[in-house]
Amino acid sequence: MRHTWTAALAVAATLLTACSGGESPGTANTAEKVTLTYANWSEDQAPAMEQIAAEFQKQNPNITVKVQTLPWPEYWSTLQVGAAGGTAPDAFWMLADHFREYAKGGALIDLSDTVKTAGIDMTAYPKAVSDSYTYEGKIFALPKDFDTNGIWYNKALFDAAGVSYPDDTWGWQQVQDAAKKLTDPAKGVWGIAAPIDAQGGYYNTILQAGGSIIKPGGTASDFAGPEAVAGLKFWTDLQKAGSSPTLKQLSDTEAVSMFESQKVAMYFSGAYWALRFHKNADLKGKVDVAPLPQGVKRATVTSGIGNAGYAGTKHPEELKKFLAFLGGAKAAEIQAATGTVLPAYKGTQQPWLDSMPEFKLQVFIDAVDYSVPLPVAGDTAEWQGLAAQYLAPAWDGAKPVEEAAKEYQAAVDEVLAEQ
Amino acid sequence: MTSSARWALLFVAPATVGLVALYLWPFLSTFVKSFQDVPAFGPATYTGLDNYVELAGDGEVWQAFGNSALYTVLVLLGIPLAVVLAALIEQVSRGRTVYRVLFFLPVVTLPVAVGMVWRFIYNGDFGLLNHVLSWFGIDGHYWVADARFTIYAFAAVGIWMGLGINLIILGAGLQAIPKAVYEASALDGAGRVRQFFHITVPLLSPSIFFVTILTVIAALQMFDLIFIMLRSVNNTALADSKTIVYLFYEKAFVQFQQGYGAAIAIVLLIVIMIATALQFRLQRSWVFYG
Repeated sequence: MRHTWTAALAVAATLLTACSGGESPGTANTAEKVTLTYANWSEDQAPAMEQIAAEFQKQNPNITVKVQTLPWPEYWSTLQVGAAGGTAPDAFWMLADHFREYAKGGALIDLSDTVKTAGIDMTAYPKAVSDSYTYEGKIFALPKDFDTNGIWYNKALFDAAGVSYPDDTWGWQQVQDAAKKLTDPAKGVWGIAAPIDAQGGYYNTILQAGGSIIKPGGTASDFAGPEAVAGLKFWTDLQKAGSSPTLKQLSDTEAVSMFESQKVAMYFSGAYWALRFHKNADLKGKVDVAPLPQGVKRATVTSGIGNAGYAGTKHPEELKKFLAFLGGAKAAEIQAATGTVLPAYKGTQQPWLDSMPEFKLQVFIDAVDYSVPLPVAGDTAEWQGLAAQYLAPAWDGAKPVEEAAKEYQAAVDEVLAEQ
Repeated sequence: MTSSARWALLFVAPATVGLVALYLWPFLSTFVKSFQDVPAFGPATYTGLDNYVELAGDGEVWQAFGNSALYTVLVLLGIPLAVVLAALIEQVSRGRTVYRVLFFLPVVTLPVAVGMVWRFIYNGDFGLLNHVLSWFGIDGHYWVADARFTIYAFAAVGIWMGLGINLIILGAGLQAIPKAVYEASALDGAGRVRQFFHITVPLLSPSIFFVTILTVIAALQMFDLIFIMLRSVNNTALADSKTIVYLFYEKAFVQFQQGYGAAIAIVLLIVIMIATALQFRLQRSWVFYG
């Protein structure tokens, strides 16, 4: 009962507030005291966001910024209901896979002019990230941070199995061989974690095999092409060889937890785990990171959070000013110094690297050169949500990879055709 | 209007306003939305019965209703258990409250906390349940990672969570049964078991009926357990384990198909109304209002 009604209530709130949306946006008066809200979903990063807000307020005494931290499961529904109903926060974090819906729906403030007048250098951001926040030639968000993928590995397990650490010479075969050698069922240790993971997993290997995920134009996917199948097989082969915990095991205990409890020796994933692994006392001196292996070529998907503003804000001028500040070097430096994330702004990453010197974090920055934006098309959340269901039979060995890939492609194309 | 009538209106106003704002209005807007295509942003368009037609042909909806139905049937098995337990607790002469508190604790515990603890208990590799089963030489399963077992795993938790409130209602019902009836039957030579089936159960049947109605409604709306136990990033059992309210949540608030979500909610409402009406019809044959 409760949940149905909370949902219904949210719907009702949307309708009620929609009726009161006729206020004219206040004209920018610099003397006027103005309050902006800035929403995020990360407790870990909230202190850094507060620090950035404080710095901005020092420069703009007439603007107060309130940082709001929402829990991740509620973030997108709260934002969507707010944006549709006129009560959204002024500034907020955006993700590439949600971005298109918001930009298309006219919920985001256009920053194209601000970029020009404030002299923001768009080349200071990884192109793959800034591109993903551009819609129909207009800029709607400025990159906050970015992540690329690498091989997180456990040196102690490599040493115990007498296998040399991964490095930039590794290709696919070396990963397969090493994973096999590192696996020791008696000790409950596996060489690698091979879940059905798009961003850290098969998207990268599909691209490394020379494939694409969404065909140019965004109206069809390419999961059943020979390159994509090869990219998927990279993972199903690891499953077949027993070099990874099974899908069921990885459903019960997430891959990252397996890695942290030293049950798996390798974990393909992003830069965003650095701080967590760094803080884990059990992993002290045991963990490092290497570039993803090379297939036909080098590739990694990349994505990053963008700072966007609400089109229905009451203070558009102040908001633009704040967003420009968020996209600038100072905000990036604060983020790097606190060690929380890899800032998107060029040349500000050094403090982040220095904050965890035992990891070869430069790997993630070098990867920008061969990075590809995370694929987005149509209702990305919907077709991505179908992956586990369609690909699981291939991972379990119940269906040939080609067949599962073909079925998944058909399901994705159906979603893409709905627009 | 007399002054007392005015006062009466004033007194019912808070409740009425709450009812209209929190129940009636959301219900009406959900009903309207179920006939619309509601995009994430921008105006909704009327699409007639499209949502309902799509829903009828959507395998995912049927599967979710199937899962919810299975869950409901399983959770109903908790009612006989609650009746027996309530009767046993009634027999206890000292520390009755202790038992009530123990059984009631899960009711007042946050569902999130309950879900987290059971997720650990059910873990296939490190879980407590499989560990205990291994003492008896029984092979464990991946209870919440294998779609064959998830609904049963949820039902076990659902029964446990609902037990406390059922025991309170049934306990109150038991105390309303006159002691004289038991004394008279004892004189006639009826044993405890016979008393249970021939006195306790029939005289308690109005309470049992009430508990059944509540249980069915709550079970058809199960959401929190699946949300907490299965919504990890890569749980491959999720696709086949969705309940109807989970599907509603996913459509309306993850995929932002609010019109379709609203249609699911309306269909669920109708199903619950039918299930409840059916029970009221059936009660004539088994509920005994002495």
